[in-house]
Amino acid sequence: MAKRVLLIEDEPNIIEAISFILTRDGWTVHTHSDGETAAERVRAHPPDLLILDVMLPGRSGFDILRDLRAGEGTAALPVMMLTARGQTKDREMAMRLGATHFMTKPFSNAEILAHVRDLAGG
Amino acid sequence: MARRALTGSRIRQRRLDLGRSQAELARATGISGSYLNLIEHNRRSIGGALLNSLARELGIDPALLAEGAGSEMADALRAAARTLPEAGAEEERAEDLTGRFPGWARLMAAQAGRIETLEEQLAALTDRLTHDPALAASLHEVISAVTAIRSTASILASGEALDADWQGRFHRNIFEDAQRLAAESRTLATYLEGPGEAALRTPFDELEAALEQVDQHLPLLEAGGTPEEAVAAMPGLSRATRPLALAWARRYAADAAALPLARFGPQALEAAHEPGALIAETGAPAQVVLRRLACLPPADGHPAFGLAICDAAGALTRLRPLPGFSLPRSGACPLWPLYQALGQPGRPLAARVSLPGERAPPLLVHAAAAPAAPAGFGAPPPLTSVMLVRPAAADGPQPAPVGPACRICPRERCPARREPSLMTSTP
Repeated sequence: MAKRVLLIEDEPNIIEAISFILTRDGWTVHTHSDGETAAERVRAHPPDLLILDVMLPGRSGFDILRDLRAGEGTAALPVMMLTARGQTKDREMAMRLGATHFMTKPFSNAEILAHVRDLAGG
Repeated sequence: MARRALTGSRIRQRRLDLGRSQAELARATGISGSYLNLIEHNRRSIGGALLNSLARELGIDPALLAEGAGSEMADALRAAARTLPEAGAEEERAEDLTGRFPGWARLMAAQAGRIETLEEQLAALTDRLTHDPALAASLHEVISAVTAIRSTASILASGEALDADWQGRFHRNIFEDAQRLAAESRTLATYLEGPGEAALRTPFDELEAALEQVDQHLPLLEAGGTPEEAVAAMPGLSRATRPLALAWARRYAADAAALPLARFGPQALEAAHEPGALIAETGAPAQVVLRRLACLPPADGHPAFGLAICDAAGALTRLRPLPGFSLPRSGACPLWPLYQALGQPGRPLAARVSLPGERAPPLLVHAAAAPAAPAGFGAPPPLTSVMLVRPAAADGPQPAPVGPACRICPRERCPARREPSLMTSTP
């Protein structure tokens, strides 16, 4: 059975492009755009890998990650964070909160694919 | 005396560097070996023809051997060495360096000065990027559009067969994102290169610039004018800045009513602008005295003071910098008495402080925190802190260390450090 990736991102064209790349690579991709309900969505249907944008409407990716790491079922979930801000402090914050990987936009398709395969064992 | 002593040492060092014996140099300059020995061990002062003769023999500018020559440059090099102690520069040999390689020494000193300037610019830019929501939002929009275009274009350019439906969708997405990028780029360019520097100013900056134009002094309010009239008289304030200006003018008017200029001006001169003496003499609250001192007219012989005011969260609401003193809008060093006072409301603090760097002048600061308005029952008082800053005398007790923001502060072992510095090699 194809492994599941959940992409939490609010830019529709980025969602479309990433979904296409991953689907073509054999992943089952689900998407979600609202920060406020994102943690609930993850807990309800935990994926094999979560791709989480930092700047989301309603709630930041950092807050969502903190929430997930505190929950038993999602404490060890592989999480790749995406951000438009490559500042060291954002990277440090992500890693401190327990992100598995941190990726700065704009990224290449090959790069994101390689990390998804690596993190979710594709 | 110390400078004279170095002249002999410099002669000796230069001679040794050239591999010449004391006897041979003495002969060449027409003096005895024992006299040269006394000179080299700083037991005889030297100048005039003999200094010129020795300098000629040693192939060095006499000014660099002479008493005090190059000391300013050597001081600059020592200061540069202390900003990066892990480099292990031999501070005690700074004078040798200026004597032997004056060009390199000038380059190093100039580069150290340039680094200091760039650090200040970095602080200003960091502050701007952190606190300008319009700029941050615009950059985010640009990066998001670029990410979408890059990703989509890569799919189209991969050469793999795509069905017509997907192909059409991706072309449309690229077109939309390109339009979005073009529009956002124009917005960003207009924002950054708009009508002069004013386009880059936040309301906070605009108010500071307007108050700086009048040396912080508002004669209209001193003469009993209303805050509204005072703000109307400040030219070119934007709509966003006017409420800030009005709040400051109200505070100013209340302070001026409590300590009228006609009386407080002479009192301040008499007390050499010492806040403690003025608080005792006038009986006014510390914050009122500090703010009043910052707004006295220079034309009456009052000095310029630096001023910083922050709220209970440490966010600055006023900042008048001085040479050697500035603070970022937030994320500043918590060691400044401005922030320390917040933990001790009602207790004025005085301290002698200095920023990192040998050339940073010591500063004398007075700070006091107090409720900005009466607190309601059960509600915490909304505190503000006021800090007055002026240059301190060069001689005096060791100043307490303070910094700019952690990211640009080289004090690695500071107990107040929140995050690693960009200025050190610590990962």
